[in-house]
Formats: sequence, structure tokens, C-alpha cells
Amino acid sequence: MTVSASNVALVPMRPAPLVHPLIVRLTHWINAAAIIVMIMSGLEIHNAYPTLPFKVPEIVTLGGWLGGATQWHFAAMWVLMTSGSIYVAHGLLSGRFRRKLWPISPRAVITDMVAAFSGRLSHQDLSVYNAVQRLLYSGVILAGFAAVLSGLAIWKPVQFRLLCSLFGDFDQARLIHFMAMSAVLSFLIVHVVMALLVPRSLLAMVRGR
Amino acid sequence: MLRKSRRMHPDTGAIMKEAARRVDLPTRRMFMQQAAGLGSLTLLSGCDVVDGVSAEKMLGSVSDFNDRVQVWLFDKNKLAREYPESAITRPFPFNAFYPVDKAPQVNAVEYRLDISGLAENKEPWTLERLHGLPRFTQITRHICIEGWSAIGKWSGVRFSEFLTRIGADLSAKYVTFRCDDNYITSIDMATALHPQTQLTLWFDDELLPRQYGFPVKLRVPTKLGFKNPKHIGEIEIGNDFNGGYWETYGYNWFSGL
Repeated sequence: MTVSASNVALVPMRPAPLVHPLIVRLTHWINAAAIIVMIMSGLEIHNAYPTLPFKVPEIVTLGGWLGGATQWHFAAMWVLMTSGSIYVAHGLLSGRFRRKLWPISPRAVITDMVAAFSGRLSHQDLSVYNAVQRLLYSGVILAGFAAVLSGLAIWKPVQFRLLCSLFGDFDQARLIHFMAMSAVLSFLIVHVVMALLVPRSLLAMVRGR
Repeated sequence: MLRKSRRMHPDTGAIMKEAARRVDLPTRRMFMQQAAGLGSLTLLSGCDVVDGVSAEKMLGSVSDFNDRVQVWLFDKNKLAREYPESAITRPFPFNAFYPVDKAPQVNAVEYRLDISGLAENKEPWTLERLHGLPRFTQITRHICIEGWSAIGKWSGVRFSEFLTRIGADLSAKYVTFRCDDNYITSIDMATALHPQTQLTLWFDDELLPRQYGFPVKLRVPTKLGFKNPKHIGEIEIGNDFNGGYWETYGYNWFSGL
């Protein structure tokens, strides 16, 4: 027994392969922080004149009141625009998005979803995303785009008039902005739960492997 | 009474502004507490937002930066969308920092619109003379910072036309509005000269009603609602930045649409 153990020790230690390059990890966490600030301050802005007929508890809002919330919102937007652009540009240009998020087949999504709920979905190889992950990660990138574009439309409905009219008009764009945020928030909740259930994946987004 | 309160002693403005910045207003306090409770965020953002005052300073300077971005983004040829009569919101919402019954009651006969600062002709305007100016009508969307919007119909004189008539220095930086409800706000000259910026005297084909700013308001469809002052008593053209009522509490000054 001890012989085989020493044999193992003789094999040179190969470092685990890099799952997430530094630029992905860095922008991932900066995006996460900016998105959380934007959602929390956005909910405070929502409370000033609710888009939908309910108010959000103050505890999950940021800014204290409308003025403070708008300041947070329009400060975090620069962080998200910068970091988000780098993240998306890297994902597209490096081929990472194509490699990791494509293809997504409906059949595989269903199979993996069933496997996930029955606790049989393998996360052995963190460098390969299962179909549910692919769907969710692609989905949140698209929802992010929708949130940014509808946000720009309601921030500058005159200067970006065409963009605003693509959403209908101001009021519709505001509603779409809220729905896009809801999609991102829903993803965020599922994402955090999954990351906590598979701590190795969380660690990989910190250490890279 | 109201006339007097329009303009404070020159130094008072600066002192009041400073005081408002420091005074422990309920909203301000809430903001601080909120900012102070952000311990967890420091982990994510890496900057020290535990100190409410420094968070506020940081946000203040980003807001100033956003003013400059919006000045750069503002296109004097871009027009706010105009709507058909059928799109008008009725009843049009009332909004102010006081309830509707507290809206100032201005005497139409005694009313004078004062002009100050960089203008050649500072003779005060009677309402009758203002009503004699060439008028145009717009049906545009009023967008409030709170998120609601409403479409209204406003008539009055093109503000660029008015500024030309009083011989205003059109190269000055700001136009400040002091109002009979003690409201104050200021806008950039580029917006003041925008073709849709209007010194409004009528609303929905009627004399501007009290709740919407009798006798004179400014309609700026390229800016948020709070940049559309009502009950204007004095217009000042100048290069000194005067900010505004809500701006002192933290609303972004430019607030362009």
C-alpha cells in the first residue's frame, strides 16, 4: 500500500487547469458589485413612484431616498459600463462565449435540469458548463443588455430618442427596464444558491482553478 | 411678502447652501445611515464607503462628472417628441414640494417678472406685456425624476426669443430662476436656447392655472420635471453657478433627458 502511495508522490504534481482567466474573474466580481448597487438603488428609485403596484422593503434598497439612490445608480452605471464592456468584449473576441456557452440544445437543457433537481448533475469538470448553466449565463448576458439599453432609453429619452421609441415610449421602456432587472435579479439568486451548493465553482471564480 | 422672499441677501444663498449641506435633515440623515450600513459593500467595491460623508463626497463628484457628460451629450438640434392632442394626460398631475393648497396665489395685476444679471434691458415685465409676446404651443412629455410621466400642452414665448428681447448675454453660462414659492433652479445656456424651451403662460389652452405655475413657468422638455420652475418671479442671467433647491439635496443639476 505504501509503495503505491510513494509512486503517486513520484508523479510530478500537475497544477489544475485554469478554468477562469484573471480578466474574467476580475470583471465578474466588479460586474457583480456594480449590478448589486444598481439593483438596490434602482429599487429605491422604483419606490419613489412604483412601476408595479408594490413597494420594495427599504432594507434591500440603497441611497436612503430618491436623490441618494439616483446618485448611486448613476455612479455605478459607469463601473458596470466599463467592466461589463471589457467582460463582453473579452468573451466575444477570445471565443470564450462560443466555446463555453454554445451550443445550447433544448433536449440537453431538459436532461440536465432533471439531473440537477435529482442531485445527479456532475460538476466534476468546472471548465465545461452543463446545458442549464449555458442557458442561464447566456440569458443573463442578454437580460443585462436589455437592462442597459432600456436604462439608456429612460435616462436620455430625447438624446437617444430612437432607442426610446424602439421600446415603445418612456413608460414602456421604464417597465421593460424593471423586467430586465427582475430577470437579472432572478438569475442572481439562483446563481448564488448554486455557487454555494457547489463551493468548488465559487472557489474557481476566485482562484481561477 | 412673496416678492421680498424671492431674493435673499447675496451671501445668504451661499450660507444657506452650505448649511443645507451640513444640516442634519431627516433625508440626509437617512442617507448617512444607509451609507454607514454598507460595511458589506466595502468588500466588493474596495473603497471606503463606511464613512457616510466620504461616500457622499464621492457620489457628489460623480454627479458633477455626470453634469459634464450631459453637457457634452446635449444636442441643441435634438427635439423632444411632440404628441397629438389625444395623448394629453387629463387630469395633469400636480407636483411640488408642498401640497396643492399651498401653491402661491400671485396677483396678476401687481405681478412683475424681474430680470437681473447680464441683460441690457432689466425693466420688469408685467403679465400683460408677457402675454403680448409671440407664442407657440407644444404637446410634450413631462418626465419626473420619481419615474412618472405625463403629456401636457403648454403655450408661451420661445425662451430664446425672450432672452434676445431683453438683450441677455447669450454667451453667459447659466440662467437662474427664482420663484414666488421660494423655489430656485438654474439651467445651462445651451438648454435655455433650445427651440422647445418655453416661457409658459398658458396650459391646455387656458391661462396657466395656479397649480401648474401661474403666472409664468418654464417648460423644458429636454430636462426632468424639477428643472421646469413654476411661479417664476425673477430670471437671472450670469456666470455664477446657483444650483437649485433639489440640487442642494442631491438631485443631479443638469438632469437632461
